[in-house]
Amino acid sequence: MTITINHFLVVSFLLFSIGLLGVLVRRNFLTVLMSVELMLNAVNLNLIAFSSRLSDLTGQVFAVFVITIAAGEAAIGLALTISLFRQRRTLNVEEASSMQG
Amino acid sequence: MTGAETVPGALLTGGAGWAFVIFAGLALGTAIAVVVAKNPIHSALFLLSSFLLVACIFLLQKAEFVGAVQILVYAGGIMVLFLFVIMLVHQRTVRETIAFQHQWDVSVLFLIAFLLPFLYVLWTERFPEVAANPDAFRSVNGRIAGNTEAVAWILYRDYLLPFEVASVFLLVAMIGAVVLGKRSVERVD
Repeated sequence: MTITINHFLVVSFLLFSIGLLGVLVRRNFLTVLMSVELMLNAVNLNLIAFSSRLSDLTGQVFAVFVITIAAGEAAIGLALTISLFRQRRTLNVEEASSMQG
Repeated sequence: MTGAETVPGALLTGGAGWAFVIFAGLALGTAIAVVVAKNPIHSALFLLSSFLLVACIFLLQKAEFVGAVQILVYAGGIMVLFLFVIMLVHQRTVRETIAFQHQWDVSVLFLIAFLLPFLYVLWTERFPEVAANPDAFRSVNGRIAGNTEAVAWILYRDYLLPFEVASVFLLVAMIGAVVLGKRSVERVD
């Protein structure tokens, strides 16, 4: 089985779509955060694939940066989760809607 | 993309290619399970396996350092954080009978409209041929070293400023998480 960059792009595309779908349709805030992590992971897959394709290490360096940002984002998001749960006793994003117009 | 072994621009061939197919298929399956699982603990465990499978794909690509960082930071750090928070918010209160919110049909339409440009680029774009250099991930100044050393060389020399900015970002994220997560102190005077 010969794998080219297109296979990587298709896998990464599907992974990103699954993550985006999770962000859009789930009610549980924790699952929404997990879906965001899935999307970042898909981006990493693309970076590594192109890094390998172009024989250039820059993609790997940026993948490390993306992982850093993902860690910070997860920390902030989980702090928000705890804060939301403390005030509303729920994780349902549909009930945290007091700012809608 | 046909069976020929000498496709220019092939990233993985032979057994490694089949391993990629298996890992990618399992990663996609576990990702779908993350999105559809009702129990957040199940979601978290499926997410963990998805991260590990993607790390395996990184290792297949000879990106050992990023694969190791993926396992350490995602599986070791972020997932533990997720499981802690799932433990902190009571399981009974977050169990849901309907996993999807009521506007999910609109969301799916939006998703399709958003992803169509991606598909268009995927079908039409042809990437230029680049001479493959199998030692590119391991060579430092012309000599063969490890992948970690090569990444460190480029990270600390060419990307030193982004590296420092990332450390400041982590500090800001830490302070923000502490401020958001702390209980508001009651005044007792």
